[in-house]
Amino acid sequence: MKKIRLQIICKHCFFVLIHFFSRLAFHRKSFFGLYFLTLALSGCADIWNNPYPSPDSGKNILYSAFAERPKHLDPVQSYSSNEIQFTAQIYQPPLQYHFLKRPLVLISQTVSNMPTVRYFDNNDTPLPADAADTQIAYSVYEISIRPGIRYQPHPAFARDEQNELLYHALTAQDIQRIDKISDFEHSGTRELVADDYIYQIKRLAHPSLHSPIFGLMADYITGLREYADILKEQAKIQSGNTFLDLRNFPLSGVEQIDSHTYRIRIQGKYPQFIYWLTMAFFAPVPWEADHFFSQPGMAEKNFTLDWYPVGTGPYMLTENNPNRIMVLERNPNFQGEFYPDEGMPEDVTKGLLQDAGEPLPFIDKIVYSREKESIPYWNKFLQGYYDASSIGSDSFDQAVQITGQGEATITEEMEAQGIRLETAVAPSTYYMGFNMLDPVVGGRTSEEKASARKLRQAISIAINYEEYLSIFANGRGIAAQSPIPPGIEGYHEGEAGINPVVYEWHNGEARRKSISQAKILLAEAGYPGGISRKTGKPLVLYYDVTARSADDRSVLDWMRKQFRKIDIQLVVRSTDYNRFQDKIRKGNAQIFEWGWNADYPDPENFLFLLYGPQGKVGNSGENAANYDNAEFNRLFEQMKNMEHGPQRINIIDRMIAILREDAPWLWGYHPKEFALFHAWYKNVKPNRMSYNLIKYYRIDPELRDQKRNEWNKPVLWPTGIATALLIFILLPAWVAYRRKQQQSATHQTA
Amino acid sequence: MLNYIIRRILYALPILAGVNLITFTLFFVVNTPDDMARMHLGTKHVTEEAIWKWKEEHGYNKPLLYHETAPGLNKFTDTIFFEKSVAMFAFDFGRADDGRDIAHEIQSRMWPSLAIALPVFLLGLLAYITFALTMIFFRATYIDFWGVILCVMLMSISSLFYIIGGQFLIGKLWHLVPISGYGSGLNIGRFLVLPVVIGVISSAGANTRWYRTLFLEEINKEYVRTARAKGLSESAVLFRHILKNAMIPILTGTVAVIPLLFLGGLITESFFGIPGLGSYTIDAIQSQDFAVVRAMVFLGSLLYIAGLVLTDISYTLADPRVRLE
Repeated sequence: MKKIRLQIICKHCFFVLIHFFSRLAFHRKSFFGLYFLTLALSGCADIWNNPYPSPDSGKNILYSAFAERPKHLDPVQSYSSNEIQFTAQIYQPPLQYHFLKRPLVLISQTVSNMPTVRYFDNNDTPLPADAADTQIAYSVYEISIRPGIRYQPHPAFARDEQNELLYHALTAQDIQRIDKISDFEHSGTRELVADDYIYQIKRLAHPSLHSPIFGLMADYITGLREYADILKEQAKIQSGNTFLDLRNFPLSGVEQIDSHTYRIRIQGKYPQFIYWLTMAFFAPVPWEADHFFSQPGMAEKNFTLDWYPVGTGPYMLTENNPNRIMVLERNPNFQGEFYPDEGMPEDVTKGLLQDAGEPLPFIDKIVYSREKESIPYWNKFLQGYYDASSIGSDSFDQAVQITGQGEATITEEMEAQGIRLETAVAPSTYYMGFNMLDPVVGGRTSEEKASARKLRQAISIAINYEEYLSIFANGRGIAAQSPIPPGIEGYHEGEAGINPVVYEWHNGEARRKSISQAKILLAEAGYPGGISRKTGKPLVLYYDVTARSADDRSVLDWMRKQFRKIDIQLVVRSTDYNRFQDKIRKGNAQIFEWGWNADYPDPENFLFLLYGPQGKVGNSGENAANYDNAEFNRLFEQMKNMEHGPQRINIIDRMIAILREDAPWLWGYHPKEFALFHAWYKNVKPNRMSYNLIKYYRIDPELRDQKRNEWNKPVLWPTGIATALLIFILLPAWVAYRRKQQQSATHQTA
Repeated sequence: MLNYIIRRILYALPILAGVNLITFTLFFVVNTPDDMARMHLGTKHVTEEAIWKWKEEHGYNKPLLYHETAPGLNKFTDTIFFEKSVAMFAFDFGRADDGRDIAHEIQSRMWPSLAIALPVFLLGLLAYITFALTMIFFRATYIDFWGVILCVMLMSISSLFYIIGGQFLIGKLWHLVPISGYGSGLNIGRFLVLPVVIGVISSAGANTRWYRTLFLEEINKEYVRTARAKGLSESAVLFRHILKNAMIPILTGTVAVIPLLFLGGLITESFFGIPGLGSYTIDAIQSQDFAVVRAMVFLGSLLYIAGLVLTDISYTLADPRVRLE
């Protein structure tokens, strides 16, 4: 309170003094006095540019921002990273990734033991773990959750003295009086049970929820597709009543064993299913919440489960105004999770194990402000009003310098502010694909195919992604050698990892083959000097891209230049994203660019992008290049169900060798993410696969307050100068006005 | 006058229907219902079945404008256009594709827009007219000359530059106000200072020159000469006579935009993090949310028509010779 009063007094002082000095400024001698006094005044003020309420100063709050409003916070629908950053703090799927261990390790989030999987044949006979894939008819995952986990306080759980749910028979008038969830007087909680997980799995098939993974999961979870049909019929029958009580409709693929144990039945063998158990799609949803939000009048006030999540996680959403601010606060019922006490050897030196064994979470509240533009976001980060920031290309040179060895380090200016840089290669790949159905770059006959392969290899050498990253991405990325990014099984460092079609190993580093080698390949493909041997015409290729801004023109010019290096003319066909997708679906594109972010850290999640039956044309799959190699497909089918280990790696190596030779993609690059953190931000270890990391972070609010005060003292002298300047300009005008008025009066008198 | 207003409101109906039809056609030329479904379902693991279900759920599984196989009048009524348009004339805007109630969203977002647009409008009007009258008062002197040069300079600078420059100087270098953001209750004041100041300054050049031109046209008229001959001071001539007589063009340029103040400004709101309506339409276009685009275009047309009716009414107040019949 004292601080606020002081601030108000200071502000009053400022305006009163400005007024006083303005009057003084009429006297010329006082003008310089004004300058120096306002200069002196600037030293005695508190900070004025704090965008947050003053009472929040010094509190254990993390300040972050979001650019795009999340569309869905319902765990059955949220899939984009801007949605998961919220849902991952609120909902608890059974598993999670270890915070410190690398490569990523799956650990429990709510389970008492890691799930067990058993295999069965068509006669329901149990099979051994090493049974052949062809024998396995279905797999059963048994999941036991820890007792004692409780939901966040919520009115959906509130009960009256008769133990009846208090807010489950609301009228439209009752809801009319409510503006936010906290307006409900009472709230309650209850223990997490296995049924809540089952309820959510059923929700994947809900006819009005449109889960993005329904199609995928319907292929695996027994009975899910048929279940969707049943629910659809039921929804028609009870039209008008929005609540479909899924408890009344059993799903054959999930089974409750006891209050804390459930089983999921998967068709065949799908070892990657366990990774899906880290995602919010498999988080628990209490039926009470679903029913509560389904009451008439709720949706009209935007009270939906999609907008007000109800979970067991470390945080709960207490304010949801996605146009301005979203606030997560500590869930008072969260307990039983601790900071890890083991990690990688370097974690000790980095101080990442100092909090070992401490109960989570450390931060009380997270305030996300909507910041649509990067410039204000960056400037507020520098002022200490955001605790972390990514680096835009505009601010890259201000934040990062590249050493002689090519290593990215923080600039001196940033270092003086105590800001530190963390970098990590994302589990993503951005590639340029060839449509293998195209006669020129894909080929139809075996002769054409051989020729097209040479053409693709020549182009692979010519497009210099190292140069691309240096010019257009400030070096933030690594040129890819295959679809598999670092950190994923099957990725190799050093000489063993290079793509021999494009690179040579020279003096301990990968070196791109020369353009002359590319031209030889081009001639072997039937285009010596870029002229078709068959037709005698220059080779023209078509590059399909989504509509580009003027800024991207340089990228396209650069791309044309790369093709010109081997005498190929590149025509850019720019279109909007809808038409672009349409071309890819119909196989009308020739060369295109695309990207993929991993769902889980398994090579299957990258290699399936080139699996024949996943072709876009005909199968509407994810294989945009429509690449179809029988040997690759066979190896993929073998690899996808194998346990991790050298045997699997060996098969992956063989698959990658086929891909490199066939070159259906230019392997492009894996982006490297740079993030800046203030000195008061602790326990940061990049992990692009996990989103539930806030519970591990720690903030030093005292240091933050001290730095904010230091960095944001109001500078008042320019205001004084501006006022004086204005007076200086207006004074002659005022004198002229008076003179004119007097002349008029004199004239009148005369 | 009442008859006139009723007539104008009736004229508005076909205009609104036409605007609605044009919006519908333009939107669906660029985006098909399949594209909309893909945009909302995401780019991963999306099946044709999921797309069909989404369209069915959101009412986009019907023909756009003409249902060939439907009987009788249903050929026109059993279409996306008809079903999505009729409700709007009853101000039932429905739900955005993310499930949010559009009317609720408009209600909550129009106040922050107004909090910026109204002070900019009022202060701007006051400042521009004052500045223009000052230049007229000192016409043909150095003040008028440099004033016009200043106006041309202000006109020549992009509004984006004012925003970035203002944020850089006042927010970042001098730390006088928050760079961006928005508060609640009385706390919003300090977030409004910078966008309002920038809003007023960025439009000062063009508007001041416009008002100066209006006043210059008036200043040589006979009633001004008569006023001066009566011995009125120059300030009395300017404020009592010239300003009043220049009111019709001033009202034409200002009253029509008053209802549109609710719709806010796109760039200002985006850069200052103001949760207004300015960016709502653009966000909707980007996310291919036809429900929001349709509602906002309808609302924009409606408010514009309302603005024009208000302008006509304001003429009768400013000039007793004007009668609305």
